Amino acid sequence: MKILTEHIDVPGIETIDVFCKHGGYQAVEKAIKKMTPDEVTEEVKKSGLRGRGGAGFPVGMKWSFLAKPEGIPRYLVCNADESEPGTFKDHYLMWKSPHTLIEGMIVSSFALGANTSYIYVRGELMYVIHILEKAIQEAYDKGYLGKNILGSGYDLDLYVQPGGGAYICGEETALLESLEGKRGNPRIKPPFPAVKGVWQCPTVVNNVESIAATSWIINHGGEAYAAVGVGRSTGTKLISASGHIRKPGVYEIPLGITVEDFIYSDEWCGGIREGHKLKAVVAGGSSVPILSAEMILNTVDGEKRLMTYESLSDGGFATGTMLGSGGFIVMDETTCIVHNTLTFARFYHHESCGQCSPCREGTGWMDKVIYRIEHGKGRKEDIDLLVDVAKKIEGNTICPLGDAAAWPVAAAIRHFRDEFEWHIEHPELAIQPGAVYMRPGASWAQ
Amino acid sequence: MEAKNTIVFPAETLDLVQKIMKRYPEGKHKSAILPILHLAQAEWKWCSPEVMDYVASLLTIAPVEVYEVASFYTMFHLEPVGEHVIEYCRTGPCCLMGGVEVYDHLKKRLGIQTGETTADGKFTIKEVECLAACGWGPVFQIREKFYMQLTAEKVDQIIDELSK
Repeated sequence: MKILTEHIDVPGIETIDVFCKHGGYQAVEKAIKKMTPDEVTEEVKKSGLRGRGGAGFPVGMKWSFLAKPEGIPRYLVCNADESEPGTFKDHYLMWKSPHTLIEGMIVSSFALGANTSYIYVRGELMYVIHILEKAIQEAYDKGYLGKNILGSGYDLDLYVQPGGGAYICGEETALLESLEGKRGNPRIKPPFPAVKGVWQCPTVVNNVESIAATSWIINHGGEAYAAVGVGRSTGTKLISASGHIRKPGVYEIPLGITVEDFIYSDEWCGGIREGHKLKAVVAGGSSVPILSAEMILNTVDGEKRLMTYESLSDGGFATGTMLGSGGFIVMDETTCIVHNTLTFARFYHHESCGQCSPCREGTGWMDKVIYRIEHGKGRKEDIDLLVDVAKKIEGNTICPLGDAAAWPVAAAIRHFRDEFEWHIEHPELAIQPGAVYMRPGASWAQ
Repeated sequence: MEAKNTIVFPAETLDLVQKIMKRYPEGKHKSAILPILHLAQAEWKWCSPEVMDYVASLLTIAPVEVYEVASFYTMFHLEPVGEHVIEYCRTGPCCLMGGVEVYDHLKKRLGIQTGETTADGKFTIKEVECLAACGWGPVFQIREKFYMQLTAEKVDQIIDELSK
């Protein structure tokens, strides 16, 4: 079941002619000619589509919160600032099939009554920005953008805005600050962007994948979309698969397949690389809790874990994790969890905007303390110190970056404490290149 | 005084700057800072105070408004850099794929450490965070181009090619 990527490998799909030959822009024709904005929103609500950037908030509901005061412009801003380690699906989709996003932008802007919309793309993807701008020009030339689209009287201008290299701008209010030409410091909420967003006007911010899915929903109906998936996890999800697997890449999966299938089936990751065993997985991007092989494959009740929002979080943080943005990082037995956690801690330290003390100071502490453990200088009390610092960041910041920084450290200690202890107790062994602790009796250690 | 006058975009880029400023509502053209800083860096390799002042003058805003933005976003070089800036990803997934060894090889090959520029001014190495190419790691970027699934041999080929 492919909704976003069915034609992604068709040669020339990045051009509007080939894209249209494969059903492209039919959703624009249908929405603008035959539907009202409210009817489009209604279909998206029925689809159960949840925000694909990580938070999983229902898209239709987010749209319905948009304030619509007379005489004040409304904006749709696409969040293409994809920067969560392990996540590269939006990059892939925009690079291969830019019109999939642009068509969704037109449908979604129409539903929201936005006459100017922006796609905020992380600056490092400048080549993707060129691809999008070329495709946008094609859409203008065909009359899908600009004044009086398809003779309907509806006007829409669409622009691409580059970021400048700041993970924090993936947080929607930081993104809006950045779009206004400022530093990417998240705003205090409320007011929410739906009421006061960019330039203090009502604004909806949605992820690339969420917006791209709306075209299919309009073409086939919200119910058809909701028929794919399991329970409240409807539709398909792009999963970015990386790490020690045979076939890294981006896969569109129907939500609800088992984690085991996703890792081992030839249709998806193709199993762990030759001669190695699964040790751990970070299932939803660097900020979600890491789980050991046993925990990611099965829930604590012994059920096979599914690739859904609900199943991945089954057991809470004690034994579960999150689907997040779908950044699926697979680690085999050669992986040093302490080193991997260090790269994540260093990342959040680097990316903290510095506005809130718990995050600004705490991310630095975690980075430094894990660094000394990794480099054979760890102290006995360091592990509890890390747990303590993580606790003091979590929930005490303006935006979720604090939580995102605390969770991977807390989870690595929760599930791999023995590995941290081994580093502290045996620094002379731990600092050897390639040294990895093997937990006695663990499935990956045999 | 003459040196300052050299900081002016070519006519074609100036046209583009005008177009970019019209992407935003009346009076909100400050939003063009990031796109124009990217153009400026492409033109002059790094964002010197003079370049940032020039960007401020184009946008009719105070220079400090450009400084505070340029210093927040890691893509902008606030110090001179070499002809080719190699920005390698140091984050988890690239490290899992052998990134550390590959980047060590890169540093050895060029004889410089991260943050340094080769004596001939040809190469600068910087480390950056995740580049959203985790399935194709290890990865580095030189300007707009991504170099993926790097190995020591590939690094040598790329350096050979760029040294010509």
